[in-house]
Amino acid sequence: MNTDNSCGEITPLFTRRDILKTFSCGFGWLAFAGLAQRTAFGAVEHPLAPKAPHFAPKAKRVIFLTMRGAPSHVDTFDYKPQLTADDGKAGKRPGTKLLGSKWKFSQSGKSGLWISEIFPNVAKHADEMCLVRSMQTDLPSHPQAFLKMHTGNSQFVRPSLGAWALYGLGTTNENLPGFITLTPPGGFGGAQNYGSAFLPAIYQATKIGSDNRAIAQAEVRNLETKLSPGAQRNELELIQTLNRQKLARDRVNPEVEGVIESYELAFKMQSQVPAVMDFSKESDATKKLYGIGDAATDDFGRKCLLARRFVEAGVRFVEISHGNWDQHFNLATALGNNARSVDLPIAGLLTDLQSRGLLNDTLVVWAGEFGRTPHAQGGDGRDHNHKAFTIWMAGGGVKGGLSYGQTDEYGYEAVENKVQIHDLHATILALLGLDHEKLTFRYAGRDFRLTDVAGNVVKEIIA
Amino acid sequence: MKPLHLAAFLASTSPVFAIEAAATDGISAEQRDFFEKKIRPVLADKCYKCHAQDSEKIKGGLTLDTRDGIRRGGDNGAAVKPGNLKDSLLIEALRYENKDFAMPPKKEGGKLSAAVIADFEKWVQMGAPDPREGAAKVVKKNDMEEAKKWWSFQPVKKPAAPAIKDAGWPRRDIDTFVLAGLEGKGMKPVADADKLTLLRRGYFDLIGLPPTLEEINAFLKDVSPDAFAKVVDRLLASPQFGERWGRHWLDVARFAESSGKDVNIAFPHAWRYRDYVIGAFNSDKPYDEFLREQIAGDLIPSKDQKELAEHLVATGFLAIGTKGLNERNPRQFAMDVVDEQIDTVSQAVLGLTVACARCHDHKFDPIPQRDYYALAGIFLSTETRYGTAGAIQNRHPSELIELPTSAGAPTLNKTLSQEDRGKKELLLANLKKEQEELRKSLFAGRMGGDDAQLKALPQRQPRALQLVTQIGVLESELKSFDASGKSKALAMGAQDRPAQEAGFGGGFGGRFRERRRQGPYAGRTAFSSITDSPLLARGEVDKPGEKISRGVPALLNFGEASAIPSKSSGRKELAEWITSSQNPMTARVMVNRVWHWLFGQGIVESVDNFGTMGQKPANPELLDFLATRLVENGWSLKKTIREIVLSHTYQLASTFDEKNFATDPENALNWRMSKRRLDAECIRDAMLSASGTLDLRAPIGSLIAESGGGPIGRFRGISEESIVNAGGNFRSVYLPVPRDVLPDALDAFDFAENSLVAGKRETTNVPSQALYLLNSPTVTAQAQKLADRVLAAYPAGPNGGVAANLDQRVAHAYWLTLSRAPDAAERQAASAFLLKFPANSVKGESSTPALRDAADVKAAWTSFCRALFASAEFRYLN
Repeated sequence: MNTDNSCGEITPLFTRRDILKTFSCGFGWLAFAGLAQRTAFGAVEHPLAPKAPHFAPKAKRVIFLTMRGAPSHVDTFDYKPQLTADDGKAGKRPGTKLLGSKWKFSQSGKSGLWISEIFPNVAKHADEMCLVRSMQTDLPSHPQAFLKMHTGNSQFVRPSLGAWALYGLGTTNENLPGFITLTPPGGFGGAQNYGSAFLPAIYQATKIGSDNRAIAQAEVRNLETKLSPGAQRNELELIQTLNRQKLARDRVNPEVEGVIESYELAFKMQSQVPAVMDFSKESDATKKLYGIGDAATDDFGRKCLLARRFVEAGVRFVEISHGNWDQHFNLATALGNNARSVDLPIAGLLTDLQSRGLLNDTLVVWAGEFGRTPHAQGGDGRDHNHKAFTIWMAGGGVKGGLSYGQTDEYGYEAVENKVQIHDLHATILALLGLDHEKLTFRYAGRDFRLTDVAGNVVKEIIA
Repeated sequence: MKPLHLAAFLASTSPVFAIEAAATDGISAEQRDFFEKKIRPVLADKCYKCHAQDSEKIKGGLTLDTRDGIRRGGDNGAAVKPGNLKDSLLIEALRYENKDFAMPPKKEGGKLSAAVIADFEKWVQMGAPDPREGAAKVVKKNDMEEAKKWWSFQPVKKPAAPAIKDAGWPRRDIDTFVLAGLEGKGMKPVADADKLTLLRRGYFDLIGLPPTLEEINAFLKDVSPDAFAKVVDRLLASPQFGERWGRHWLDVARFAESSGKDVNIAFPHAWRYRDYVIGAFNSDKPYDEFLREQIAGDLIPSKDQKELAEHLVATGFLAIGTKGLNERNPRQFAMDVVDEQIDTVSQAVLGLTVACARCHDHKFDPIPQRDYYALAGIFLSTETRYGTAGAIQNRHPSELIELPTSAGAPTLNKTLSQEDRGKKELLLANLKKEQEELRKSLFAGRMGGDDAQLKALPQRQPRALQLVTQIGVLESELKSFDASGKSKALAMGAQDRPAQEAGFGGGFGGRFRERRRQGPYAGRTAFSSITDSPLLARGEVDKPGEKISRGVPALLNFGEASAIPSKSSGRKELAEWITSSQNPMTARVMVNRVWHWLFGQGIVESVDNFGTMGQKPANPELLDFLATRLVENGWSLKKTIREIVLSHTYQLASTFDEKNFATDPENALNWRMSKRRLDAECIRDAMLSASGTLDLRAPIGSLIAESGGGPIGRFRGISEESIVNAGGNFRSVYLPVPRDVLPDALDAFDFAENSLVAGKRETTNVPSQALYLLNSPTVTAQAQKLADRVLAAYPAGPNGGVAANLDQRVAHAYWLTLSRAPDAAERQAASAFLLKFPANSVKGESSTPALRDAADVKAAWTSFCRALFASAEFRYLN
């Protein structure tokens, strides 16, 4: 029986031993030709079973913090003193004026990374953080850049980063989904951002909640039964009895074994998912650490805590989203509010992961889809800029306290050690022990990969 | 039309096939011994890592694990020339003479010992005797001529009936070919399916529904030898046939009701194409005509307005694909639409991945980049009308095709009174005025502006964004009604662009001329007239090269194709070429699809890819026989399907057989009927059918059509919830199917990925399916109705407890859901379940073992019925 300390006592309907005793060939969770390895008599290997990476991984799991709308890099993690000095002077685009950041930057940690005062708590983790200040993407429009960030491609429908990671590595807790996305936006490419495209559907994310509602009200579809536990148990027993009778009649039928196991897993998920999502037993100190209970930080704090609980329970890839960072106007207030709502929760997440010994092999990524212009739009706003933005990573084998790459003096364009989205993806996969050139899937007669025909691992940031 | 010639392309490459093939027969035992002891172990140990068929990455296109591979060599030429040390690159590499390809590489241990190298030299000198059979799979770039020899590119030849041992087994010609395949591997087909199994199989395969109790009884009573043939003919003639088989084609045609990709705007008129496809299958429209209409319906003659309307709707095939509506560059947008069309037509109809040649010559199939751009010209000369409402982030709103009024095309039951029109027009005018004012102030704001303007900006910007969608949706709503206030019959589709463009001269690379849509956020089109496409280096729109004459791929040049007139797109000629009986792909690809839909797997397993990276046919003669028959039968799909389902092969049981399984575990040669999972539509329709709520009348339109358009899931468009929870008592083929959001019922059971050509659906067994069946309110509602039906069939009065009429009721439920009676063990399980069902079964209340009232009885039977829906047998065909 599989017990999980973080989730309380779980009683499965059938134990694995029961199943192995009863059925001819055990694992038949998902059976179709081509995907799973068939053994004699057609039994198949669980497609989410943990798989060996290509080489020793630095990170075993990922928490991807998506800042939808494109946060301003020059006000957050890309320190541009010259921009402040030249505030009000003519910008690169005719008729525009440079806008120095309203926030002060200072050096943090032993490493002395320059981080804006807008992120006071995150800054305390400077020595774990690796800033990549030379990011670029293809297009300065949200939907396309958002898709590019998630799937490597805005032109064609392609599998998402999380789906590739799950396909490459499998998952360690088969009673939970291997890839979870919390409150993703409905637009900007929608489900493609966490979809599996031509990869088998099992690698797509399980979506919990949506971005127009608070996470506290979010749920997994069809997880809740209207029956009393006893009544449902009876019903399940009947279903499994019928299934076993069919299996006996068919003699060999891995598909029916798959159905049987899907019920067993569903039954476990029914209790495990809510158990992981219920953090009422977390200490007050922990909740406070994430800013839960404080109106400004409550929602994102809950998402961060859920992310920690999911990865702790064995989920391979968790994405959480926050928006909107599209500050064309009202920069001073809106950007400040956004930062306030995520700063403490993210810092809490890093602290918590660290204290549980999870940060070493959990990669935390903070990223938007592009950056913003150093010049003002309408006095108190910034326009789109895909030629320069900053993302950062922490834990999971990246070098802490490192600032990689440079933009020009104002932050218009990356000028040194440019990193494209394919490079970022190749690097994330490399941290997971996957060679982005070898992680391929045969579709429509050719081998596809996340990074298409591009991508260079940024070795300099790997510890 | 002038076919493209490969000659120019091939002239730049050197022939690499000037090597004589050495027969293995000529190898002496001594030579074989030498190879096995001295050569093979070294190759395996030092070279296979990068140079074998199963290497993770084959370097330099070179494989050394077959005789074929080692002789043919890699990108640089033959690795071994028998008897010729000087020209054998393998020897040069081993000797470390040439720094650029000294092998094995240093990190793999570097240069081999002198003795080993001497062995290789000796081997080459003795003629490189090599017993390793099998063709090397890697096709190098310069192997176009070789690739052209691939089986699917060869003409279809009607095969002679093969010799078989068991002459009594076949009932139809198909069976002779299948049996020959089985006997060739020493297999025998299993026994026949029993009557009930066959009936249920036939019903689901032909109309996607289970047989009713009356139909089961009638069939069981009919002992005539053609009892099943009568059922088949009745089903083929029923309107439900088109709903089942039309849906198959809709998978191939990547049918969907929204643009998908970046901003996902609804296609409120896509349903007309859906209904066209269903109608085409019902009327058994010949497959060649079906294709001609979808590719060039607007260009072919029609006998009346009704047929004209049908032809126009058919071209929706080209318009319903994904669109990156947020794309800023109009040329990029145009080329992406064209690429999607080429990809769909080539995969759906020809089983080829021509779109691979957008950026470079196809790596595996003989499709040079020039051929891609010859096709691209055809589609660039075509205007694709898809009709998305102007909305935020939609940079490419589009018109629709208005169908002739006298065609009598169905329309939504919506009207717009004169009064409402007046109101809406006034509202629109006001919104536009507001937008214009806002635009001025925002523009001023962007460029600096005065203080008052800047101060007002934060409030104004969101309003400006809102206005775009509001105006766009309102405009498209007003446009969807005629002057009398009735819904117009609008359709998506393709039209030829005018031969001459109005205004500026141009073509590719000129500035963007056209701004014919009104309003500040209107889309721009990069192409406006019939044109050839330039070859784009690496597929990049800002790297146009020479113009390529419109034409069809030279690979399949089987004779004279018609010339493309300068004043039309060439779609008509393309359609004629595709549907020529000489085209080796079209008929083969379609009969293979039909086989796949009837047996769960194609004769060629890769149903959408017949190229060199696809699979070879498990039974090539059978495939060619079926392809020939399709053409002989006037491309009638009903006749093809009838021939197959009346074959002995189709009527086999699905019984397991250890001996056959050991030989052919995948059942590729059809020694039995495979056990198949029903698809999402069948599962839902079977529930509605069992519960007695199924309404077979086809609704007009769809939820997406009713909603009128706009973005899916946001900006006041069509809400995600309304799609996820979409229901109704009509058949599942009429459920809304936008991209990226699907109704639960379809999503749970592996609905086709509708952004891509999907000739094959996945069949997964995942916990979300179990959760859906156990907990979804939709399934529970159906289970309740089935329970009502079962209880009512054997009424027991107000005081009848759960045990009343138990056996009859259980049996009735079994017949309705599984088309059979329960066996003794099942009866026992059912009765045990019902009798111990706890009272107050609803969560939160205490459960007591005694059953009390009618509500409890109903709850118990509902749970039982849901268990039947949830059982594996309900979703698997035997």
